[in-house]
Amino acid sequence: MSTDMMSKETRDADLGAPVLKIEKLCTWFDTREGTARAVDGVDLELYEGEILGLVGESGSGKSVTGYSVMGLIDPPGRIAGGRILLDGRDLTRLSEEEHRRVRGKDIAMIFQDPSMTLNPTLRIETQMIEAVRAHEACSTAQARRRAKDALDMVGIPSPEERLRAYPFELSGGMRQRVAIAIALLNKPRLIIADEPTTALDVSIQSQIIYELQTLCRETGTAMIWVTHDLAVVAGMADRLAVMYAGRIVEVGTTKEVIEQPGHPYTRGLMGSVPMHETRGRRLARIPGATPSLLHLPQGCSFRERCALADKACTRMPELAQHHQAQSIRCWHPGETDR
Amino acid sequence: MTQTPHLALVPGTAPAAAPAPETPVILEIEGLTKSFISTPGLGGHIANLFGAGIKRQEVRAVSGVDLSVKTGEIVGIVGESGCGKSTVARMLAGISNPTGGEIRYRGKARSKMTRAEREDFALSIQMIFQDPYASLNPRMRVRDIIGEAAVVHGYVTRAEMPAYVEDLMTRVGLAPDMADRFPHQFSGGQRQRIGIARALALKPDVLICDESVAALDVSIQAQVLNLFMDLRDSLGLTYLFISHNLGVVEHISDRVVIMYLGRVVESAPTEELYARPHHPYTRLLMDHLPTLSVERRTHRPIAGDLPSPLDPPPGCPFNPRCPLATDRCRSERPALREVTPGHISACHFDDTSSAEIR
Ligand SMILES: Nc1ncnc2c1ncn2[C@@H]1O[C@H](COP(=O)(O)OP(=O)(O)O)[C@@H](O)[C@H]1O
Ligand SMILES: Nc1ncnc2c1ncn2[C@@H]1O[C@H](COP(=O)(O)OP(=O)(O)O)[C@@H](O)[C@H]1O
Ligand code: SF4
Ligand SMILES: [Mg+2]
Ligand SMILES: [Mg+2]
Repeated sequence: MSTDMMSKETRDADLGAPVLKIEKLCTWFDTREGTARAVDGVDLELYEGEILGLVGESGSGKSVTGYSVMGLIDPPGRIAGGRILLDGRDLTRLSEEEHRRVRGKDIAMIFQDPSMTLNPTLRIETQMIEAVRAHEACSTAQARRRAKDALDMVGIPSPEERLRAYPFELSGGMRQRVAIAIALLNKPRLIIADEPTTALDVSIQSQIIYELQTLCRETGTAMIWVTHDLAVVAGMADRLAVMYAGRIVEVGTTKEVIEQPGHPYTRGLMGSVPMHETRGRRLARIPGATPSLLHLPQGCSFRERCALADKACTRMPELAQHHQAQSIRCWHPGETDR
Repeated sequence: MTQTPHLALVPGTAPAAAPAPETPVILEIEGLTKSFISTPGLGGHIANLFGAGIKRQEVRAVSGVDLSVKTGEIVGIVGESGCGKSTVARMLAGISNPTGGEIRYRGKARSKMTRAEREDFALSIQMIFQDPYASLNPRMRVRDIIGEAAVVHGYVTRAEMPAYVEDLMTRVGLAPDMADRFPHQFSGGQRQRIGIARALALKPDVLICDESVAALDVSIQAQVLNLFMDLRDSLGLTYLFISHNLGVVEHISDRVVIMYLGRVVESAPTEELYARPHHPYTRLLMDHLPTLSVERRTHRPIAGDLPSPLDPPPGCPFNPRCPLATDRCRSERPALREVTPGHISACHFDDTSSAEIR
């Protein structure tokens, strides 16, 4: 029985306890102009070995969601509410020191720009050995072997040579693969990949996706893959969550969301992807631009760009079950344009 | 007004018309070549003092590229980074001089143009860059960014300029009342429109789009791609559309050129190329075509990395990564030849369709 045929309840029973459970997370930024609710009541769950695609336009709150899980929110940002449970333990209650022990060990993040991970002044091996020994007492030789294995795992040719290199001696694609290898070093429970392949060539992108996908399946590591491009995650993620202005507006199995998208925003995103079927035609456009978080319309945040909006939409819709594992935050889910 | 206003032109849904076969060729390049001399650099000089013997090396960024583009045609250029796409674009736009080969514009060779003709030619070809922010002067108002060059080159007088800019802004879907603002007050998609309006101000015949939509969100990318298609229909523009995104190129191009290590390895009308890719490199690239299919993709990576152009492999440039490579491929470079009418490919295999690439 395939996952998408099961109801929500049987899924939970089948998969055991979630690795990650985010409940009503609110991450707000207090700015001079007002409070930007970058993440505003987000619920997400992730099971062992599962890949969740987190999709939305820039500014929708995807990275802030990831940083919140990582404990990387600095003032003027703050966790204003909610819980982030990693294997049942609430990360929002950890001290900075406790968080540091979780980061790089139980959860790892891969950033769009590998220089967020790599120190330009240190050799790759120095950084990787440190990353192992920060969380585990072992010899330098053991740590080095782990580092080499991790480079092997992400398909880096002649890892021995790369270990001795400085980051600037590597190409962009190679640096990103090293950053990924560092994320894998301590066999984390959860990886947050924040648009890690956006700047890379398609062939390298595919290779990285392939390797991470295989890794999750084999080791049971759960992964959140953040992207603005549905085409990147359609063939990879088990489930998709679509984010708009700090909220999840649609979530479901990849099959449900791609084959029967219910939120007008999800449908707009799908219509924007250029591909074979759209050849020579105009792409469907989502009118307007992402609204400022400080000036969201009352009710549904998508209202001013939505072709279906009516009087009902001036009240905020709840994220409600639409079909088996699929939930949608919309007063007119699944309706086509009037 | 904070929203992107809608484009005045109504987006049609009918497939855009590719130019008819008898349409004149507007731009032609023949044997276009560009070499860079890489000098050892400071570190190298110091190493040389200790006898390292690092020499000046020649980088062949582009080697003998032929291409002909018809009026109103959209030609896509695809290839991994470093294969020479931007170098070709810069030579066409007159930003960099070729080391060899010839560029012909409306039948006239660039090397035979008078200075005035060459300037006209340079204005007829405009480039749209990837990063709209880096290419806009942050201290200039949008009106001047768009209109200044048009005044300098005598397309309009200074007095006519504001109205001229307003018209251009409307054309690219920017509200004209934003002309007094500075670039940082615009979103990424709007800044890309400013770059397009600035290019259009010089009444070009050809737009070279070098990864022009790569940095944009898919939703904004869709708006800009639609704009390019509308402008072709309304102004009869010709495009060279450079991208590493095969989906974007398939969507917009009439014809596609695949480059590898400074050379063209395959070219065909878009539908033909995507339906019947011939070159093993193209066929591997096609595996990575973006789709919205939920079928699990087993991403079969292209083995190995792009070789350095400093040290290109002998024989076929693709041979170290090619699953079909034979001894012949390792010693003799295949020439481009026509496999079916209008479809050229550079591979020793006469019929790769029967040879399974696995
Ligand atoms: N340091 C900050 N100060 C103020 N606002 C911020 C800060 N970081 C993020 N934000 C707000 O959070 C929103 C979401 O940002 P982000 O999560 O980076 O979006 P995404 O990753 O989806 O593109 C932004 O639009 C911005 O308003
Ligand atoms: N100014 C330059 N000096 C030396 N090498 C260069 C220069 N510009 C480009 N190259 C080299 O030429 C090759 C082609 O580069 P480019 O045209 O930018 O490729 P693409 O646009 O396809 O990514 C690369 O190997 C690059 O390193
Ligand atoms: S709630 Fe209304 S405005 Fe919001 S997406 Fe649904 S139909 Fe559109
Ligand atoms: Mg982000
Ligand atoms: Mg380039």
